[in-house]
Amino acid sequence: MAPALAWLTALMVVPCGLVLALAFFRRGIYGGIEYTFTLENFGLAFDPLYAGIFLNSARIAGTATLIAVVIGYAAAYAIAAAPRRLQPVFLFFAVLPFWSNYLIRTYAWIVLLNREGLLTQLLRWFGYHGEPPSLLYTEGAVITGLVYNYLPFVILACYAPLARLNPELGEASRDLGASAMTTFRRVTLPLTLPGIAAGAVFVFVLSIGNFVTPALLGGGRFQMIGNLVYDQFLTANDWPFGAALSMALIAIMMLLLTVQAMAAERASGRARTAEGDAADG
Amino acid sequence: MAERTHAGRRPLWLVLALVYGFLYIPIAVLVALSFNEGGLPTVWSGFSLKWYGSLAANKEILSAALNTLIVALVSTAIATLLGTLLALGIEMRRRHGRALEALIFAPMIIPDIVLAIALLSFFSMLNVTMGLHTIVLAHVVFNLAFVCSVVRARLKSFDWSIVEASSDLGASAITTFRRVTLPVLLPAVIAGALLAFTLSVDEFIIAYFTAGAGRASTTLPMQIYSMIRFGITPEINALATIVMAVSIAALTLSQRLNRTVAP
Repeated sequence: MAPALAWLTALMVVPCGLVLALAFFRRGIYGGIEYTFTLENFGLAFDPLYAGIFLNSARIAGTATLIAVVIGYAAAYAIAAAPRRLQPVFLFFAVLPFWSNYLIRTYAWIVLLNREGLLTQLLRWFGYHGEPPSLLYTEGAVITGLVYNYLPFVILACYAPLARLNPELGEASRDLGASAMTTFRRVTLPLTLPGIAAGAVFVFVLSIGNFVTPALLGGGRFQMIGNLVYDQFLTANDWPFGAALSMALIAIMMLLLTVQAMAAERASGRARTAEGDAADG
Repeated sequence: MAERTHAGRRPLWLVLALVYGFLYIPIAVLVALSFNEGGLPTVWSGFSLKWYGSLAANKEILSAALNTLIVALVSTAIATLLGTLLALGIEMRRRHGRALEALIFAPMIIPDIVLAIALLSFFSMLNVTMGLHTIVLAHVVFNLAFVCSVVRARLKSFDWSIVEASSDLGASAITTFRRVTLPVLLPAVIAGALLAFTLSVDEFIIAYFTAGAGRASTTLPMQIYSMIRFGITPEINALATIVMAVSIAALTLSQRLNRTVAP
């Protein structure tokens, strides 16, 4: 046990602690680090230039999260409603792409979206002959790439609570006269909210900290916090600011995970009450 | 009645068809184009393996593939050993704190970019020369966490009384481990190792930051990244197809092993 814990401590805890400390130092005049305490790295985040990037990346990540959750939930719902023996197979094939190379999955969209790509070709085939539309290097391309890459994660997160859902609850609700829509809205959705929230948190955090997808599908025109971190460490050489940004990423993740845990707690309480009521009724 | 249920389910099948289409069409197009003789992304000019041949002649790609293989094998070996021991340590002791759980969970959820820059700062402050060895050090961090979680899942359903029975019958601790514990655990350990191998082969961001300067320690994902930035070539399609096939094969095997051990 000890060697593994030592490894994690030396190569994860200490380096992350170092980054946390770095965030409070000043940037040297010629790059490098000046060891005086400062909070200005966090203040920089409110600089209009960076604040714009933050809002932009929050919007892109938020949109991607929303789309991924809607599609992922629908898929998880359909898998959970499929015949029981087929469910593991469906689930396996939903998650399989997630384990193949991220770069390759992103590259596949370059192949589809570029000016001479399949989608343009498809448009031509339908009789469109104007200038080929630029699908690549747009915000839509970045969002599509993010949704594509993280969708399996949402499916997995939403499937677990949906599969565990007691079918009697839905029946009870319908017996009491609720429509299918009301049953979904008042019973199914609240009970499966923790899964949705867990999936959403990861999609959002991974999207906002991403630098590969914006670089490849956005052509570098759309910056996320991940691209900013990348620049501070590899090109701008402002490590303290980069460190502050990555700590902000971790803080966002922890905050959202806490909210998710609270939602899970409430939902499990609600599930117990509902189960009790269903048993009584 | 049955008719109605069937009709009610039709939209769900449609959802599944659309979602799997979305997930697999881009990959399928990529794979198909890798066999396209002309190399044009839009015109099919006949089946050919020539792009795979040109890959085999590309020295840069071969050296990157070799680097990836070295990193993946070494980091998987270390992570499998450490992760399995960690899992055994945790499950045998039964009582453990939340801090320990958090420590083991962290490498799986921490955004790659954060771990990447943390290790870059750490190595450069210690004046460590970066190369393949630093990528290995970094990959073991998340790999051991994944191996540990796979092995722990198996240990949860492990019947510890057979270990007691073995020692009651006079077997030494080592014999018990070799003849009783290990055979039961082995499928999970191999499943964990395959998962670690896949993760390491595909990992890009952390390798990119901890590889140091120079081309000598370029891994396959790093090579793919720089090729993609220059545009689409039929070679990338072929390379992508091979890399995907390897990951998918390793993962499918890992899943199978895991299923055979599940209670």
